Amino acid sequence: MSQEVKIISKRFDDPKAATLDGYLASGGFQALEKALTMAPEAIIDEVKKSNLRGRGGAGFPTGMKWSFVPKQSERPKYVLCNADESEPGTCKDRLILQYDPFSLIEGMIIAGKAIDSHQGYVFIRGEYRYLFDIMERAINEAYRAGYLGKNIRGSGLDFDLYAHSGAGAYECGEESALMESLEGKRGIPRLKPPFPAISGLYGGPTVINNMETLATVPHIIVGGGEWYANLGVPKNGGTRLFCLSGHVARPGVYELPLGVPFPRLLEVGGGVANGKKLKAVVPGGSSTPMFTAEEAMGLNMDYDSIAKAGSFLGSGGVVILDENTCMVKFALRIMQFYRHESCGWCVPCREGTNWLHLALGRFHAGGGREGDVDLLREVSENILGRTFCPLGDAAAMPTLSILKRFRQEFLDHLAGKPCSCGVSGRPALATH
Amino acid sequence: MSVFSQATQERFQTLLSHYPVKRSALVPMLLFAQDELGYLPPEAIREVGELVGASELAVREVIGYYSMLRLEPAGKYHVQVCTNISCMLRGGDDIYRHCKERLGIGHKEVAADGVFSLEEVECIGACSWAPALQVNYDFHQELTPEKVDEILRDYRKKAAAR
Repeated sequence: MSQEVKIISKRFDDPKAATLDGYLASGGFQALEKALTMAPEAIIDEVKKSNLRGRGGAGFPTGMKWSFVPKQSERPKYVLCNADESEPGTCKDRLILQYDPFSLIEGMIIAGKAIDSHQGYVFIRGEYRYLFDIMERAINEAYRAGYLGKNIRGSGLDFDLYAHSGAGAYECGEESALMESLEGKRGIPRLKPPFPAISGLYGGPTVINNMETLATVPHIIVGGGEWYANLGVPKNGGTRLFCLSGHVARPGVYELPLGVPFPRLLEVGGGVANGKKLKAVVPGGSSTPMFTAEEAMGLNMDYDSIAKAGSFLGSGGVVILDENTCMVKFALRIMQFYRHESCGWCVPCREGTNWLHLALGRFHAGGGREGDVDLLREVSENILGRTFCPLGDAAAMPTLSILKRFRQEFLDHLAGKPCSCGVSGRPALATH
Repeated sequence: MSVFSQATQERFQTLLSHYPVKRSALVPMLLFAQDELGYLPPEAIREVGELVGASELAVREVIGYYSMLRLEPAGKYHVQVCTNISCMLRGGDDIYRHCKERLGIGHKEVAADGVFSLEEVECIGACSWAPALQVNYDFHQELTPEKVDEILRDYRKKAAAR
């Protein structure tokens, strides 16, 4: 039944893999042994060849990101793992942390060798405390066995790694805000450029990657870039973890090759729950523009296909909405989130998310006014592209996509027609 | 005199050794401080500030930013219900309402006996196992109102046993 291709998730069923012995028994640290004999450029070339792209959201080619780090630097260089998994609909990194923490350690040491960095940090969201504990234990075990610290396994390579806990802030998943937080400050984004590869943590050249991205690196080093690239489709190498949630029969995290047709992904999840009809799909976390059922059924799940269709593969959080979902309510809940998480630094985001939340709330409660649909669109368009970081866009993009694709539903609300929730009246959000 | 236990003080020292800049330890230190004290009282804020070389005002500025850090005590068991999209689509709103009714408290309120507090929270990364909630750091997933009752009963028992 399962059409999964298990690479990143190959140890998820092995309870021993979270210990060093278990990890070694399942082929762990073979990539490091190999990488220790490779030149830094050769490692970067292999990752480039693999067509591995960032699994956190933006989908930037990982090898290219690494190659931007200058060889010579007066300041120390850093490798950061972004495990601040907070994008609604996304729940994959926690499985890697839980079942395969050493693959991350191994990936980060290899990244360190590739860019000549001797210090890494794993930034884990504060809510994931049990995973922070697992990571800390794994790191301590790696130190004791000589896989971290000075002169790793007698190779002459030095690499230190520590787990760092956040304390609740979606914004810290944005790379520059994460660095501010790691420096003990409020998680406010930095103006870019300079990009982290030139000036990141403590002003040093920094590579920052999503946890799944870094944990994939050892598999690429062992299997080869070409092997990995061929698992996916051109320019979209390998497999990724898709987090299926919402109205799907078997929600879960499934590993499938990039480019998998959406209908097949849905089938792996058992189809829409309770035999209902599909209405809409969030392709890659709450910030990505949504698709109608019809659009979604024609999609291939890779970065370029989804971009061509006007959205993003994002963080792999695929949310399924059935025919009874009220899109006004859905838009409102998304905006409640972004309003709460806006760091307040940029006016368009801070004010825009607040006004959009108020207007959507009024609308959903039955107090919508003529012209409100256009007002929502205008405010969203005025946020788009006008903020330091992508959080503003993340709030505006799904809203615009819902307004465009489900405009009639908004107009029906205005006309006082019963909402597609199928419930008489309009159920309020739980909201406080 | 420190307001923290020996173990927490040692943990702070280990943390401080992880960074080239002391200030970097601030956010995790505040969270660990809160784990021990239940919240961040002024004396804890001052002590953590001294350890990282930051003024009390600077520390308060940081505390104000992070949603998990608090200046007032929460209940012994802090119930955090996710109502974000993936949970909402699977009845997260009902779970939250159910918790409000059962506990007799609302958002960010603490029950009179101090056993429970409640908070409606944003996505906790349990989307594929929705609806979900956290009690302190423990996840409870694939919830139904009946399951919530069981969970709350278990914590109440635990509180009584101490």
